[in-house]
Amino acid sequence: MSDSPIDLDAFIQAGTALLCIPVCPEWRDSIRLHLEISFNLGGLVLAFPLPDEADPAPVFHP
Amino acid sequence: MASATTSDCALIIASDVASGRRRATDVVSRALARIAARNPVLNAFTAVTTERALARAGAIDAAIAAGRSVGPLAGVPFAVKNMFDIAGMPTLAGSRINRDHPPANLDATLLTRLETAGAVLVGALNMGEYAYDFTGENAHDGAVRNPHDTARMSGGSSSGSGSAVGGALVPLALGSDTNGSIRVPSSFCGSFGLKATYGRLSRTGTFPFVSSLDHVGPLARCPADLALAYDAMQGADPRDPVCADRPADPAFSTLQDGIDGLRIVRAGGYFRAGASAEALSALDTVATALHANAEIELPEAARARAAAYVITASEGAALHLPRLRDRPQDFDPDVRDRLIAGALIPASIVTQAQKFRRWYRAAVLHLFQSVDVILAPATPCVAPLIGQKTFILDGKEMPLRPNIGIYTQPVSFIGLPVVAVPVCLPGSLPIGVQIITAPWREAVALRVAQTLLAAGAVSAPLPRPDA
Repeated sequence: MSDSPIDLDAFIQAGTALLCIPVCPEWRDSIRLHLEISFNLGGLVLAFPLPDEADPAPVFHP
Repeated sequence: MASATTSDCALIIASDVASGRRRATDVVSRALARIAARNPVLNAFTAVTTERALARAGAIDAAIAAGRSVGPLAGVPFAVKNMFDIAGMPTLAGSRINRDHPPANLDATLLTRLETAGAVLVGALNMGEYAYDFTGENAHDGAVRNPHDTARMSGGSSSGSGSAVGGALVPLALGSDTNGSIRVPSSFCGSFGLKATYGRLSRTGTFPFVSSLDHVGPLARCPADLALAYDAMQGADPRDPVCADRPADPAFSTLQDGIDGLRIVRAGGYFRAGASAEALSALDTVATALHANAEIELPEAARARAAAYVITASEGAALHLPRLRDRPQDFDPDVRDRLIAGALIPASIVTQAQKFRRWYRAAVLHLFQSVDVILAPATPCVAPLIGQKTFILDGKEMPLRPNIGIYTQPVSFIGLPVVAVPVCLPGSLPIGVQIITAPWREAVALRVAQTLLAAGAVSAPLPRPDA
């Protein structure tokens, strides 16, 4: 994940607008906190090297 | 703390009712009276199905009088987390929004199977909204209180289940567990809980949360009752695509087989970091009773927890997206804001998390080639105060909600079966330990729990009168 500071408020504003989720201004601090947690943990996940051939755990059977 | 008397247990109730020593109607009436007396404080129940319960109990008594067999759970009162469908009632799933849903047409599969075994439904239980909760707090129905200290959390999201069983209102309850929601309230409220292998117990007729990770299962006051309930509920269900098409593997019949020959170890590393003194003491108590001195490290447990977290946040948000769009103001704010954040997680992170899941599953199953049972704390601490927002984890002040499940998430991430057992340390609230086995070995985990109970290392304490 990026080491440079990211404008999460702008990210939240754009993302929720794209998804048509109305957000009250007083919710933003809490949403940002949880997004920071998710991105920190997401960074741990992305940092794990997996080969191109790695399959996801769920497998579809037609 | 005083322990449960045997007459509280489902096993004894069922035996007494089937033999005519007690009437189902009397057992159920007493449970209803206990609920009426104590629920105003505990807030465990959101609905009490009095008429249905008494009708069912009467039918059981009539069947026994007519010489008919009534099943291994005859007359046992039980309750279900209010995400289980109960015919004729809307399935709340801890929410305000679901109150507007039409009533369920049918009972959930597990509810039906317990009733077929003779158990008697007495009500629906409070829960964290949409199961996205570890605390037991709920903005719509109020916080569920810990039966051993009513100023403290019950834990969640099967909050009512933990409190009702821990508080001895009922001997048996059903909950669900995505990242710890049976094991956390079991730990905080001092009950036994079974999170079976992913896909072992049918989820038909339950309101979902994260299909990739959702499990359902029982909470009870002793391992025998968990085993009886588990055996009654097992079996394939064509209506649940996740439910495994495996023959039932009864656990009750091997419950007294002891632990000879089992290779039992403690989980070290990640599962010790951040644990409170009580959590480590509880683990030591259990490990000592089982002569489990060796330690094993689950590789990449922190990363497994991270992967479970992002899958949960993303899938949960996807499920609720229509409701977030239309009625965001009607959510519990603590749930809403996490769901909105989850909706913004890039798909590449979630895809990687599912790929890592396959790697992690293989790595942990490799460990189970040399061990049979792994022991780990269920929660990092005893029940916090209701309303508490932070706690000290590894010397740092951390948000409470996202971190209560740090020891449960890496285990349920790959669907391993777990029995949570309550340890009562002197002068302390109860706290749970996880007994973890390889997939489909629930009977082994239950045997270990039974051995611990017989050794006096674990028990479901009765609440003090002044709790």
